[in-house]
Amino acid sequence: MLTQKHRSNHLGIWGWLGGGRWGFERYLYILHRVTGLGVLAYFVLHIGVTSMRTLGPSVWARTMAQVEAPIFVLGEYLVFVAFGFHAVNGIRLVLLELGISVGKPFEPVYPYRTSVHHQRPLAIAAMLLAVVVAALGGVNLLSLHQ
Amino acid sequence: MNNTADAEVVFRIRRFDSEKDPKPHYEDYRLKVLPGMTVLDGLWKIKETVSPSLSWRVSCRMGICGSCAMMINGLPRLACNTQIAELGTKVVTVAPLVNFDTIRDLVPDLSSMFETHVRLKPFLIRKDEHESEHPTAEYKQTSEEMENYLQFSYCIKCGCCMAACPTSASDRQYSGPMPLAQAHRYNVDTRDEGFDARRNELSGEAGPWRCHFGSECSRVCPKGVDPAKAIQWMKRSLVLDYLHLRKRPQAAGLAPVPKDAKRREGVPEAPKPTV
Amino acid sequence: MRDRTLWTWHIAAGVVILVFLGLHMAIMHMSNLLGLFNPAGGRPVEWANVLARSQSVFFMVTYIVLLGAALFHGFYGLRNILVELSPPPWLKTTVNAVLLIGGLGLFALGTWAAIAANHLPHAA
Repeated sequence: MLTQKHRSNHLGIWGWLGGGRWGFERYLYILHRVTGLGVLAYFVLHIGVTSMRTLGPSVWARTMAQVEAPIFVLGEYLVFVAFGFHAVNGIRLVLLELGISVGKPFEPVYPYRTSVHHQRPLAIAAMLLAVVVAALGGVNLLSLHQ
Repeated sequence: MNNTADAEVVFRIRRFDSEKDPKPHYEDYRLKVLPGMTVLDGLWKIKETVSPSLSWRVSCRMGICGSCAMMINGLPRLACNTQIAELGTKVVTVAPLVNFDTIRDLVPDLSSMFETHVRLKPFLIRKDEHESEHPTAEYKQTSEEMENYLQFSYCIKCGCCMAACPTSASDRQYSGPMPLAQAHRYNVDTRDEGFDARRNELSGEAGPWRCHFGSECSRVCPKGVDPAKAIQWMKRSLVLDYLHLRKRPQAAGLAPVPKDAKRREGVPEAPKPTV
Repeated sequence: MRDRTLWTWHIAAGVVILVFLGLHMAIMHMSNLLGLFNPAGGRPVEWANVLARSQSVFFMVTYIVLLGAALFHGFYGLRNILVELSPPPWLKTTVNAVLLIGGLGLFALGTWAAIAANHLPHAA
């Protein structure tokens, strides 16, 4: 019957980025991965840099002088913002993935209200909190550099 | 979109015949659109008048069999359930479901999904196998207990959720929303005693661990099954089980027919079983 | 270890990081607003402040706990991202081995640094 050769139609990594669909929770999933990778990359370097404190005050001062350029200051602020988002979205994911705030099963009646709708207030609250964290970090940064 | 009798759309359909085409390509077909016309109606019109070789799966044409799932304007939908006017575009792009191999034109190879589905044991498992195979009575279940799984039992296995899932796009080991939601449907059915039988498979790579709540599956499901909800509840039950905190539910008991029950006057006997 | 086990610990590590990294971020990036654990005043990265925290047993222990939790959480997350791309079995084994060895190596380095810093001489 079927002698035809099948052709792969998997989206691969493009499927992570939406493949044409852009739900709000999908943006959060992509951003959670991107911020996680960003913080991880910084963290690996951070372990190396902060280990310099074991070599005494003069080595430490030289190391800190190397990371005082505006690009590093901005980079660290971006890491702070990334952490803020990742942490707050992480709290949201821990709650959802342990069954809290996804809603109980009920007989679906069209138009369907799914777990997506049920957790939307939590998602919005999480994003607002992430903005607050980013703003606090920004205020602190600006006050340090006055 | 213009809803008058002479409204036209272009169906941009992804065609592929492995015996003729080196790779898939898009072909355009102009169609006159009548009010109430679905994408499935459009495909039939094209097949009947322009391109008899156009292939897709279809059966009920009323959103219950799940055969006609395909990518319509970038989203996985049922062709019979999608009104052309509702799409609101002059060009309707139709392609086979993604995240499955394509057999031909709009026909996806769903065998991988069904093989995974079978591996997760989507059937009632009872310790008393004899009663299972040769039932003597009903299992007792309250309507509250039924509510725990009823939503997930509405699945028509169309594959839309699998096409929408970002993890299924790249990860061949991940079971995908449909098999996991159906495994959960049986795990929470009080008539089932198969949690232990499914645990081994679900604790590994085939389990729900690579779901990250992108929740596209629940957005696109045409029957409101909400597989994302099922998967999160499944994670909860598996983690509680790992921490030895899961309360083992009481399996549904039998509700035998009362011995002194009498048939009412005028109610005929059931026909003899033929199987 | 099975995926269920690793995932559960991944979540637990995330909660640990939330607390300890939250504190660390508050100390380092909200110093002007909150002024936590910077006894010498000024910037948190100044030597006097770094020394004060390094010599505290509380900070030594919490840095090591945070290091372990963050390395596990981060490297398991990275491993998930790479494995979800369906690499061939040999590449998957390589990725697992590289991340495990790399993670353990960085944990050893960071733990040594925390303990060594705890034994730094006091400021003159």
